[in-house]
Amino acid sequence: MKERIRIASGQGFWGDLLTAPYDQVTRGEVEYLVMDYLAEVTMSILQKQRGKNPALGYARDLVPLMEQLLPLLVKKNIRVVTNGGGVNPLACRDAIFAAAGKMGISGLSIGVVLGDDILGRLEDLRSHGMLLKNMETGEDLGAVMDRVMSANVYFGAAPIVEALGRGARIVITGRTTDTGLTLAPMMHEFGWKAGDWDRLAAGTVAGHILECGGQASGGNFSADWRAVPDLAHIGFPIAEAFPDGRVVITKHAGTGGLISVQTVKEQLLYEIGNPAEYITPDCIADFTTIQVSPDGPDRVLVAGVKGRAATDSYKVSMSYLDGYTAAGTLTYAWPDALEKGRAADGILRRRMQDLGLRFEEVRTEFLGYNSCHGPLAVPPEEVNEVVVRIGVRGKDFDAVERFGKEIAPLILTGPPSVTGFAGGRPKPSEVVAYWPALLPKSAVHPEVVVETV
Amino acid sequence: MKIRLLDIAHARSGDKGDTANVGVIARRPEYYPVLVKYLTAERVKTHFAGIALGPVERFELPNLGALNFLLHEALGGGGTRSLKNDAQGKTLGSAMLRMELDIKEQLIVGGEDDV
Repeated sequence: MKERIRIASGQGFWGDLLTAPYDQVTRGEVEYLVMDYLAEVTMSILQKQRGKNPALGYARDLVPLMEQLLPLLVKKNIRVVTNGGGVNPLACRDAIFAAAGKMGISGLSIGVVLGDDILGRLEDLRSHGMLLKNMETGEDLGAVMDRVMSANVYFGAAPIVEALGRGARIVITGRTTDTGLTLAPMMHEFGWKAGDWDRLAAGTVAGHILECGGQASGGNFSADWRAVPDLAHIGFPIAEAFPDGRVVITKHAGTGGLISVQTVKEQLLYEIGNPAEYITPDCIADFTTIQVSPDGPDRVLVAGVKGRAATDSYKVSMSYLDGYTAAGTLTYAWPDALEKGRAADGILRRRMQDLGLRFEEVRTEFLGYNSCHGPLAVPPEEVNEVVVRIGVRGKDFDAVERFGKEIAPLILTGPPSVTGFAGGRPKPSEVVAYWPALLPKSAVHPEVVVETV
Repeated sequence: MKIRLLDIAHARSGDKGDTANVGVIARRPEYYPVLVKYLTAERVKTHFAGIALGPVERFELPNLGALNFLLHEALGGGGTRSLKNDAQGKTLGSAMLRMELDIKEQLIVGGEDDV
């Protein structure tokens, strides 16, 4: 057994800093590179892409990235774990195999985790009494069944551990928990199993710290953002994991950013609910037991984590179409910028009323004044300029589209000193609503495929 | 004495559907009991009037000197449904730190954080 492994966070979301994975494998030594690509809304986008082209439906950025990294990964013996397979992990694998082939790399083992996509099984599951009720509202899925665009089970670390155990150098999954990507290498290397709840919880906590990339290493740091050096060259976080469950969060020497007790604490508090029960498919981690302490420059020790047995359910994330939105902006300049913006909003609303356009919601915000803090914002005595942002949402596509045609006319038929309409008419976007549900673990089984080419 | 939450705490916020979470972390160990005492769920609900339309829940993390708040119905429907510029509640952490507290305790505020 290794005495220590280093797991590097390469992407915190699809669209993250493109240079980060390369830096993680070249600026110092690591054994694993983990990359999270999937937000809740991403799965529906990928389903749409696969609908148009059966060879798509995964995070396409992964392929050029692997072309760049593969020689280094092979040379340095670094393994990759990513959920960038989206709704088509096999196509993602084949694209990477093709890239490897072009570069003359052979003997590459790629593992794929399948089975999370249950879009085609919804009727069947429901007919067997698994109703997939909305776990937040209690509503029956039947209400939106004909509009469901994607349905994926969140798998945990276990299938990734199996793929690593069968020799995969790259593991590509679909909907896997962000934390499972980081926990899996620890389970594989240290032999942690279901039952080792404290250690599984420790690995899960490490995964939570890594899953948002630079947000643990000085990005979006509220305590003292001015004190963070060289964010232009931010080093993404690395988890140095030990067999007993201790983890040191650090980054490569010479990179920018900051790892401190405060940066780690901020990330620990990010997007959590009840801290005593952070529920994953692998375990329940108790965040009220985590001890963080300084361990030298840009090093923070995370220890003492307690965990409990996992539940017998998987979380299911579904998306469904629920109408349309559009939003347009106009910029008003001094004098009386805010007053003119309010007047423009009034004129627009009156015109929409005259046209008989009805929406579920019309929302007006003034960027530069209140779009972030709403009623908490202190009214300014004078603003140099303000961006008026008006958005509508409704089920009627035509009404939402018609709204988009009412913004530009305000330039010549509203208050003066107005600009900032370069983007054309606002187009309706689909509302992709989120439907979380629970499914017994016995109803679905991850399938692991490892192939060497 | 009157203090701004910004002076004794830092914060990070994010989203889960239409619920925002705001984590508030004491800048010094001696500030944490003050947070526990004064930064109640009721106080936070009042502070976010017009923003958090649903209930506010509070959880304590004494190990981190931190409190976690869940602000329900705070994101205009959340996700792609929300018409808010800040649909993910990323700036609600700093909105929290605007709060002024009137406290009985005498605290030394300013200088380096101590964690």
